[in-house]
Amino acid sequence: MEHAVEIFVSSFTRILIPGILVSIPLTLISFFFALVIAVIVAMIRYANIKVLSEICKFYVWVIRGTPLLVQLFFMYYGLPKIGVFWSSPFICAVVVFALNEGAYASETIRGALNSVPDGQIEAGYCVGMNFVQIMLRIVLPQALRAAVPALMNGLIGMVKDTSLASNITVTEMLFQTKTIITTTYEPFILYIEVALIYLIFSTVLSRVQVIVEKKMNAQVGKAS
Amino acid sequence: MIKVRNVTKKIDNLEVLKGVDLSIEKGQVISVIGPSGSGKTTLLRCMNYLTVADTGEMEFDGVSYDMAKTSKKDIEAIRKKTGFVFQSYNLFLNKTALENVTEGLIVARKMSKDKAKEIAMSALRKVGMEDRTNHYPSQLSGGQQQRVAIARALALNPEIIYFDEPTSALDPELIGEVNNVIKELANEKMTMIIVTHEMNFARSVSDKIMFMDEGRVIEEGTPDEIFNHPKEKRVKEFLEAIIRS
Ligand SMILES: Nc1ncnc2c1ncn2[C@@H]1O[C@H](COP(=O)(O)OP(=O)(O)OP(=O)(O)O)[C@@H](O)[C@H]1O
Ligand SMILES: [Mg+2]
Repeated sequence: MEHAVEIFVSSFTRILIPGILVSIPLTLISFFFALVIAVIVAMIRYANIKVLSEICKFYVWVIRGTPLLVQLFFMYYGLPKIGVFWSSPFICAVVVFALNEGAYASETIRGALNSVPDGQIEAGYCVGMNFVQIMLRIVLPQALRAAVPALMNGLIGMVKDTSLASNITVTEMLFQTKTIITTTYEPFILYIEVALIYLIFSTVLSRVQVIVEKKMNAQVGKAS
Repeated sequence: MIKVRNVTKKIDNLEVLKGVDLSIEKGQVISVIGPSGSGKTTLLRCMNYLTVADTGEMEFDGVSYDMAKTSKKDIEAIRKKTGFVFQSYNLFLNKTALENVTEGLIVARKMSKDKAKEIAMSALRKVGMEDRTNHYPSQLSGGQQQRVAIARALALNPEIIYFDEPTSALDPELIGEVNNVIKELANEKMTMIIVTHEMNFARSVSDKIMFMDEGRVIEEGTPDEIFNHPKEKRVKEFLEAIIRS
């Protein structure tokens, strides 16, 4: 028992550090690009732009219909077979997570765009704005606000999903945990430990979610 | 100032407008009345191209347009000269009262922020909303929202304002404040077409009343002619039904 406590304590920072240096940046960077992709895809589909709209639909269909782990393996181990190499597994993971979350988030944002009443758009036309101006200044801000809770859920889900990157040699928390296990033979303690740290990360993000939502509601004068 | 002729519109195989003519002179106030579903809203929407008519001609300040295929540029030009006030206000929900009014000035008219604010404040003052400028629509009563919506239209200095039942979403005690603003505009000779279900208001504010039924204007005339001596049976029945209720 003493031994177990010792392992737990001595491993804590060894797992936490790749969490802070790899898992969190991987999450945040991927999520940022996911949002960019999602907004663009959602707007293209909302505006129903020919051809592009079909391409976006295909992209969402493929991503949502295949496992994330398969996407990771394909991109990291599959693509080099046709000459596409990654300068680091981290970059590959960012691309996969961004594309994956981007597809889901685009559906969230598209739904939110559709929920903005037509009257908002008509009022925009009546004051002389054009479609792009109305989209960027009226519809999108309202849609993003409505999408925040679902997007934040996606972000929290992503923190956990980054553990899959251990499969393509990204030295994030789970990778580090597995490494420690190979020398200590303490899977029971160490998996609990890494789970605990994920739990801390998700809990912090959930708190952030509550704060962000409060702030956004305050901005449009709604009681939260 | 504006003449429209033979406006028709089918929606889902239903002939909503079956050939409507309308003409309005500068400074005139016309009220459009008639039963629910008679096409009043659709007529206003066609005149501002929120809905594109199937056929129709519009003459606006001496320029003729084919309402079924007006170019984007012409639509922009026409909208620049018209204001629209919706039944459901349609204030931009992510903008304050002041921003609602400045938005069109800054974004569409490319005006400087300071100039836009100055114009917006004077429009808001006119509708008695100068002390609620930083409130969001969700923090305003229906009557206040509608007054901001009127200020938003006014700020763009339109030649004509279309009102689609501006008070019918309001609680009875809030109707007066909006109607008073419209009355004041009428006194100042603002050209307006008002779709309304309030007969007393229509009578007091209008130069001309048009009665629509089933996609047609079936009678038009002065308030006295329509309300006191209607010729058409449908108009008589409609007015009697309203008085009884
Ligand atoms: N977008 C639409 N889709 C389907 N039907 C429509 C649409 N817009 C209007 N209509 C139909 O067209 C007819 C006329 O509608 P409109 O809104 O112009 O009437 P209205 O005179 O303004 O009625 P109200 O007094 O109730 O506002 C109605 O039968 C309505 O159901
Ligand atoms: Mg109507």
